[in-house]
Amino acid sequence: MFFSDEFEARFADMLTHYPTRRSTLVPTLLYAQDEIGYLSDEVVAELAQRLDLNELEVRNVISYYSMLVTKPRGKYNIQVCTNIACMLKGGEELLDHCKHKLGIGHKETTPDGEFSLEEVECIGACSWAPAIQVNYDFHENLTVQKMDEVLDDYKKKGGEIL
Amino acid sequence: MADLTLTVDGKKLTAPAGTLLIEACKSVGIEVPSFCYYPNLSLQGACRMCLVKIEKMPKLQTACTTVISEGMVVATDSDEVRQARKSMVELLLGNHPLDCPVCDAGGECELQDMAFSYGAAESKFMEAKNHKDEQQWSPVVYFDRPRCILCYRCVRVCGEGMDVWALGVQNRGVSSVIAPNKQDHLECEECGMCIDICPVGALTSGAYRYKTRPWEMNHIGTTCTHCADGCKTTLGVRRSDTGMEIVRGDNRDKSGINNDFLCIKGRYAFDFAHSTERLTQPLIRKDGKLSPATWEEAFALAGKNFAEIRTAHGGEAIGVVGSSRTTNEENYLLSKFARMVLGTNNVDHHRTADFPALAAALRGKSGQTASMRDVLSAPAILLIGNNPTEQHPLLAWQIRSNVRLRRAKLYVVNSQPIKLRRQAAGFAQIPAGAEAHAVAFLAGDDAALDHLVHQSATRESLLALRDKLRAETGLVVAFSSEIRGADVARLVHSKFAGAKFIALADYANSRGAADMGLYPDLLPGYEPLTTDSRFAQEWGTLPTVPGLTVPAMAAAAKAGTLKALYVVGANPVARFGLDPFAFSGSFVVVQDMFLTETALMADIVLPAANAYEKSGTFTNTCGDLQLVKKAGEVAGVKSDFEMIVRIADAMGFEVRKLVPFGGGTHADMGQSRGAQSGEADRHSVWLEAHGLEPRMSPFDPVAIFDEIQRLVPSYHVSRLDLLAGNDQHTDIGEAGPGAAHDPNLIIPANDDLFSSGTLGRYSHTLNSVMENKNAPAPSEVGAD
Ligand code: SF4
Ligand code: SF4
Ligand code: SF4
Ligand code: FES
Ligand code: FES
Repeated sequence: MFFSDEFEARFADMLTHYPTRRSTLVPTLLYAQDEIGYLSDEVVAELAQRLDLNELEVRNVISYYSMLVTKPRGKYNIQVCTNIACMLKGGEELLDHCKHKLGIGHKETTPDGEFSLEEVECIGACSWAPAIQVNYDFHENLTVQKMDEVLDDYKKKGGEIL
Repeated sequence: MADLTLTVDGKKLTAPAGTLLIEACKSVGIEVPSFCYYPNLSLQGACRMCLVKIEKMPKLQTACTTVISEGMVVATDSDEVRQARKSMVELLLGNHPLDCPVCDAGGECELQDMAFSYGAAESKFMEAKNHKDEQQWSPVVYFDRPRCILCYRCVRVCGEGMDVWALGVQNRGVSSVIAPNKQDHLECEECGMCIDICPVGALTSGAYRYKTRPWEMNHIGTTCTHCADGCKTTLGVRRSDTGMEIVRGDNRDKSGINNDFLCIKGRYAFDFAHSTERLTQPLIRKDGKLSPATWEEAFALAGKNFAEIRTAHGGEAIGVVGSSRTTNEENYLLSKFARMVLGTNNVDHHRTADFPALAAALRGKSGQTASMRDVLSAPAILLIGNNPTEQHPLLAWQIRSNVRLRRAKLYVVNSQPIKLRRQAAGFAQIPAGAEAHAVAFLAGDDAALDHLVHQSATRESLLALRDKLRAETGLVVAFSSEIRGADVARLVHSKFAGAKFIALADYANSRGAADMGLYPDLLPGYEPLTTDSRFAQEWGTLPTVPGLTVPAMAAAAKAGTLKALYVVGANPVARFGLDPFAFSGSFVVVQDMFLTETALMADIVLPAANAYEKSGTFTNTCGDLQLVKKAGEVAGVKSDFEMIVRIADAMGFEVRKLVPFGGGTHADMGQSRGAQSGEADRHSVWLEAHGLEPRMSPFDPVAIFDEIQRLVPSYHVSRLDLLAGNDQHTDIGEAGPGAAHDPNLIIPANDDLFSSGTLGRYSHTLNSVMENKNAPAPSEVGAD
């Protein structure tokens, strides 16, 4: 269907690692999301069919995990940690700053589709708090100024292909 | 399994190893409160309502997931346990809307009961409640999210029980929510199991919601009038302008062969009874038009014409068509009326299975028919043809439950990949129409193999399947109506050790119509028309020449030899595709609820009560006999039983010969004067209220039931058990010799989950669900 050869190869390989097809659901969802950007109705239908599940079961699992989404989000998903370590080091200020600067709130996307913002729990970078994650990349020991630079960098990258 | 001994609240008790603690407690009358636990569903452990203290265990334990062990010492009523329950109820009520005054479940809600018995009187929660509007998921299912206590019973019963998997849980933790399979609506079997199993009012039904309060209803346990499986359904009724309105159907008391199962038809399709198109006045054709008339006029005219035709042309000039949805007593009475009063053997009904062939094949062999209960307990089941999920929902439920709970082996032989194949240990997809060949093969004829090889069914797989079947002991074999005539005998005589059989017919009392002799060549109990039959002895001289079948009656009417036709609760014109003008020269009397194609051509139409509005018995397709009790009431209709008697009376026949009422029984109906005057009235009021009628009446079906039990050997069952509301299995092997019939006279009804012959046409619920869109056009569905 609409998946890349790389995805297909991974998928085929994954099936051999689990006792039943349905066991591959969670990683498959993640790879599909990375590739398509979000878990569209078509993706849900396709994976349900491939894994011998009904669509409802796939949706049940998607909704359980906050990192899986069924709506498109920005090209850059800014995940600001406000868990205890980051909170003590100014994570909440960072979040507020992002909200202001991007003009969007938690789980919202800018109209140009470049950025979305998310307040997240600990991302395992406490030693370098406050930390954020943009897609799969980490940015640590941030201040409001550094945050601006990070955002500007991404804005510049915006036109380029990821 | 070995018994273990444990102590609960100081009481010693023993239970088999493997028993859940909550069940062990229940067995000695100790109630451990629970929400998510539901017998026969997988364990959930979600609600924590069943917490108990078990000695040597550090924390409170959930009794619903703990298996008992030897020497266990349990406290279910300590301060600690009581406090835990209180907190659970308090948490559940934290965001509960507490709209009990308008909630359907109010008055029979498990949360109310728990709050009353175990809850706290105060709440520490001060926050505003989280409200969500209620959602309609289908015409049948509504969801009121804030009332949901997340016990997941609905999810499990739909998935594990129904094998539909239409409900799921989305999100997690406190934001978990029950979700339907199509995001904002449901596409499912619309059975309503999820609604009835919901302990609170979160899932409500389109049929019942906001209609009444539970305590305003009377509840009457009767038998479903739709398919041939015979579910017990408890109808909730309430006074209405025209009598008693049925407002609810369920089987929450789990009595009857179906436990708490009902399909959409048993649970919601009672609404045909309140259709605005119901006939509530007799109609007589005057100047070519059916016009309202009085009962007296109608009976007098019917009686006069039937009597004249009988005198002038003999009984052979009169035809009688009975129903597969009238009671056994009515069918028997009709059979008797035809032979004794009209003097004709022209008696038939819409046949949907070859019971006479089964009677013939099992003649003299008792214990070879399976009851609906056997389907739940048999170690192995063979299903040939049919799609029970659509046509026999209870049978499908019994099969699924048996496979799931007792690991029964199911073998399916079908031309379609029917849904039950998902439970099957062996599935052979044979070519369409090859059912008879499959029977020949199973019976040992290897030459039949050539007709069966198809898609996945190879020679080897079919031979392996037969070997497996031969190795099973205690097999239950259910077969579709494609298996007829000689094939029935072939199947019954195939080498399956200890097998028991079920012939699958289509309507609620198809079996009863057959058992009660609605055949031109058979009397009740599959007795032939001999001069020395029990019936000839009891009823007097009877015609002995076999009469006409329905198609033959139409031909005779066209030829001018059939002068009259009496149709009781059937629609042969639509069902048999008869030319209505064939009968234009005949005098036609039709008893029905609606102006069917057959009623439209009648000279007299008598408005009939349906099975929910009268008393008697039904026999399901397995032969299980059950009570039918009067629940609803609509002014202006009469039972078929009463109408048959009234016509006999109008013909000048002595009705006591037809209905031996009051014989030998004497009842003191009270005094007509003095202090006890009016007692008779009070007596009959009481009887009415209990769905009974005074035994001194010629309209008393019990008088006929007495006769059935006396003259039909397979109906020698325990009257006491039956009256107590239990099903009693009648064994067709004990009945008369049966007969070989033209197999073409069997016409399948082709009803599915969302259609039910004439009744389905007038059921708003069945017509409103979107899953019904694929159902056959009304002109193609069954008539009775
Ligand atoms: S009505 Fe029946 S099939 Fe539909 S969701 Fe409820 S339990 Fe499942
Ligand atoms: S809807 Fe009813 S049955 Fe389903 S989880 Fe909620 S409370 Fe339980
Ligand atoms: S399975 Fe048959 S008998 Fe049972 S409720 Fe449904 S239609 Fe009625
Ligand atoms: S608390 Fe922010 S990364 Fe752990
Ligand atoms: S009944 Fe035991 S946890 Fe719900």
